Amino acid sequence: MTSLRWVLRLGRSGRGRLGLAILLGALASGAAVGLTATSAWLISRASQRPPVLHLMVAIVAVRAFGLARGVLRYGERLTGHDASFRTLGDLRVATVERLEQVLPIRTTAEQGPLTSSELLSRFVDDTDSLQDLWVRVVLPYTASTLVGVGSVALVTVLAPAAGLALAGTLLVAALLAPIVSARAARGADARLAPLRAEYQAGVLDLLDGATELAVYGALPTRLAELERRDELMRRSEARSAVATGYGAAIATLAAGAAMWAGLWFGAGAVDARTLGAVSLAVVVLVPLAVHEVFAGLAPAAHQLPSLASAAARVQHVFQQPAAVQEPDTPQQPPAAPFGLRARGLRARWNPDGPDVLFGLDLDIAPGSQTLIVGPSGAGKSTLAAVLLRLLDPTDGAIELIGGDGATLLHQMAGDDVRRIIGWCAQDAYIFDSTIEANLRLARPDATAEQLIDALRRAGLAHWVGTLPKGLDTMVGEHGSHLSGGQRQRLALARTLLADRPIVIFDEPTEHLDDATAAQLATDIVNATRGATVVVVTHRPELFPIATTTLLLERGVLRTHHFPATQAATP
Amino acid sequence: MKPLDPRLLRYAKATRAHLAVSVLLGLCTAALVVAQAELLSRGIARVVTGGGRSALTTILVGLAFVVAGRAIVAWFQDSAAQRSSARVKSQLRGQLVARAAALGPDATAARAEVATLATRGIDALDGYFGQYLPQLVLAVIVPIAVLARLLPADLTATVTIALTLPLIPVFMILVGKATEASNAKRWDALGRLSHHFLDVVTGLQTLKLFGRAKAQAESVRRTTDRYRTTTMATLRIAFLSSLVLELIATLSVALVAVGVGLRLVDGGIDLRTGLLVIILAPEAYLPLRQVGARYHAAADGLAAAERTFAILETPPPPNGTITCVPDLRDRGQIRIEGLSVAHPGRTGPAPEPTDVTASLGEIVVIRGPSGTGKTTLLSVLLGARRPAGGTVTISGGGLHVSLADLDVAAWRTHLAWVDQTPYLFHGTVADNVGLAKPGADRAAVRSALDRCGLSSMDADAPVGEGGRLLSAGERRRVAMARAVLRRAPVVLLDEPTAGLDAETEREVLAAVTALAADSVVIMVTHRPAAIALADRVFDIGTRSRPTDTMVTA
Repeated sequence: MTSLRWVLRLGRSGRGRLGLAILLGALASGAAVGLTATSAWLISRASQRPPVLHLMVAIVAVRAFGLARGVLRYGERLTGHDASFRTLGDLRVATVERLEQVLPIRTTAEQGPLTSSELLSRFVDDTDSLQDLWVRVVLPYTASTLVGVGSVALVTVLAPAAGLALAGTLLVAALLAPIVSARAARGADARLAPLRAEYQAGVLDLLDGATELAVYGALPTRLAELERRDELMRRSEARSAVATGYGAAIATLAAGAAMWAGLWFGAGAVDARTLGAVSLAVVVLVPLAVHEVFAGLAPAAHQLPSLASAAARVQHVFQQPAAVQEPDTPQQPPAAPFGLRARGLRARWNPDGPDVLFGLDLDIAPGSQTLIVGPSGAGKSTLAAVLLRLLDPTDGAIELIGGDGATLLHQMAGDDVRRIIGWCAQDAYIFDSTIEANLRLARPDATAEQLIDALRRAGLAHWVGTLPKGLDTMVGEHGSHLSGGQRQRLALARTLLADRPIVIFDEPTEHLDDATAAQLATDIVNATRGATVVVVTHRPELFPIATTTLLLERGVLRTHHFPATQAATP
Repeated sequence: MKPLDPRLLRYAKATRAHLAVSVLLGLCTAALVVAQAELLSRGIARVVTGGGRSALTTILVGLAFVVAGRAIVAWFQDSAAQRSSARVKSQLRGQLVARAAALGPDATAARAEVATLATRGIDALDGYFGQYLPQLVLAVIVPIAVLARLLPADLTATVTIALTLPLIPVFMILVGKATEASNAKRWDALGRLSHHFLDVVTGLQTLKLFGRAKAQAESVRRTTDRYRTTTMATLRIAFLSSLVLELIATLSVALVAVGVGLRLVDGGIDLRTGLLVIILAPEAYLPLRQVGARYHAAADGLAAAERTFAILETPPPPNGTITCVPDLRDRGQIRIEGLSVAHPGRTGPAPEPTDVTASLGEIVVIRGPSGTGKTTLLSVLLGARRPAGGTVTISGGGLHVSLADLDVAAWRTHLAWVDQTPYLFHGTVADNVGLAKPGADRAAVRSALDRCGLSSMDADAPVGEGGRLLSAGERRRVAMARAVLRRAPVVLLDEPTAGLDAETEREVLAAVTALAADSVVIMVTHRPAAIALADRVFDIGTRSRPTDTMVTA
């Protein structure tokens, strides 16, 4: 629940609209109750056969309420949706701004860093689902509460005991019934969830191996086994069914009790002459109308548990510490040409985990071409992240060496560091947009010639030339319309376009076949002449002209001398 | 999708029972609604005409019973719906999974979707069975019951309601049709918007590298705002529909009330009847109004049902009828001529037609660059894929039968197969090997493992989900042990030694050689050691027709 309060503070720009929507919603429901109240009074009074003129006010009121309800509801729905969209915008902007600081996100200890697309997509779904909190929960609950208070006041004025009964039954309908429903649903889900997970695993297992099972004739046995799990699920659901109906039954009982009490206490009040006989129908029928309004709260309450857990997950990500501490007064970088020097570097991704780099020293001379090799898991990507100021080292320091002196990296703003050091990531992210848009994010003001030049240096110009739509070609989700080599080259073109004086390549030839990898390596070497280049790779033989080769092993670097023959063979 | 899809009744028999229960409960609800109105109108009228509370005893007792009855019906409605829903879901799940498995690799490319559909997707039908369907039944029964009760009481009110009531479904359908396109467009736009947001969030690290992350937050704001402006314009029109519906419903109730009031003044009807009319009139409209409101609770489930039906209605691949497979152990031969396979979803030139011949006692190697259809060729032999052109002839014992005419299940009893990335099932190593020959004893399993370079592996060791606890090489050898245990006349191997060290490769290849003694072995491989074993090598996917290189072993 605290997460929900936290989320409510995030959406600001929709607040005015939400207030208006609540008002309109309360008035619309109020009109429904008013329609019941005035027609009940009208009928009772009319039965005493007064002159029609005495009924005119009531007749006008009945017609007005009849008209107003639809119109007000229309207004409520429109403003409510408007508020919802504004809130969605707030949520998304807040998400991007916060994520930018906490990347890479560590969700929970078990889940590890939030990098897998599945986790990210769930996170985005969570964020988007939170907009429902305003329009589907806050709005109906607040509007209904206003109507409830007004109706209780009306009935209490007429027959105090009936008013009290109405207040009590409304609390039951608004709070107890949803709680009972939620508890039943939670219990059922707790029993079902493990069975469902087991079933889903079984389905995946079966489909993954469907051909194997079919070839070896084992499909029927496996399907029978799955059916057994299915039967367990069905039984579990059937067992939970008894409790499922309690919430609805309680709400129905509450409405009936309010009406019953209205008749009992109302008739008593008429006997005692504290209530005019023509108002009895109002005391009896208004409770039914208000309870009908409150019946609309069941779906709102139903959503609350899942919203609360979504809010908790989003809040957890938001509350991650920033990966990098930005300096209060950022230092300016020195002048070109640039090199890097690191001493005693220690770093880790997980704040509670072990260090991945232990006391690493590194010297990268201006204009040099350095290879960093080492087994997977040796900390190569961590080193790159630290050099790019995407991650603060836990100990040690990095200096950016320039022509006129050196500046400590942690005294510079992260964005300034990344204007000097570029990174061509392994599996660099390709946006679901055009080739041009993917290039331009490296340099929004690039000219057409610069775009083509970058493509040419990355060895893609010819291919782009053959495309009917050229630079406007959509690359698909995660660049799925491109081959692995084309994706890597598009990322290379983007890096070249950004034109950083120092460029770090992280496993640029990973996942490519030998011929493509060799060609790409040659292209990288040719395209980056003059820049300071660091290539993290485990295929050093592809970069024979590197000036230095360093071996990163268990978190420290050693200069590595490959015998010429060994370097040439994999 | 229709409110009640006939396919739901066809595929899930439990739907009928649920419908029957809903109708029964609907009748109870209608009776209780009328009874409640009856008792209330009598009670109020009695007090107003000077009866006093003491005259209400029977009515109050009766009302208490009605209230209790409605609560019981409400409880039973939800509980019964969940029971029926559980049955329907179970029936749909079972058929879905069986069909998805039968459809083969092309259809199960979306295996994750099927798994989600079989659980979360179909579970969304709860909303349909629990809320929408019962409401739909109520929307038919309750108005009829109300009108039937009002008819003898007040003809004018009955006619007013009877005339306006049908306007609601008529308008719902008209409006639904009119806004369907714009709704679909809106959902589409919303989907694109979410996708864009996900794209930005996933690529945030990259944006940060180029110093574009902060600018991107603004772009997300602008995109969402633009979407809001355009959507609000469509919503202003789309919501007009519900405005009309609300107006019809509430205005009719108001008009009925005013009419009744005026007739009371004239003395045309008495108070009891007047109250009965104004209590029952809204009850006639209520269930119809709620059908619309509950539709969104059902929409997810209906969409899932729709996708499920799409899979259930995909025809299974054609199957041959001949169950008598030629005896390959007697002069057996497999002859592939001019084979070509169409790849759904793959663009670019199709692999060229392929000719391959393999005979009993031979090891035939197929090699070629990746993407030329070597694995596809094996999947044709497995009966998992149908060729687009060309023939596969199975010969043995003097018989020649086209593979297309053979019953797939019968043919497969003659096969052993090791996939490039073999799939191991959750269970032990022995479970996975024993799959090839149900009922095989432990000694046979042990010996199969030993012959595939796994003599040090514990047969009772668990393999984990998808064989995760084993290395890729071990998984391949376990699959190889399957083939050894199977002792089938046809052995199909896809890169059986990839990723193995030289020593292990030798052991595995020895097993292959042993298999070849009385089998037809077709092996896709790149490894020189494996190619060296071949009696013949076919190169496919090179621009020319495949060459048949005889190797003198």
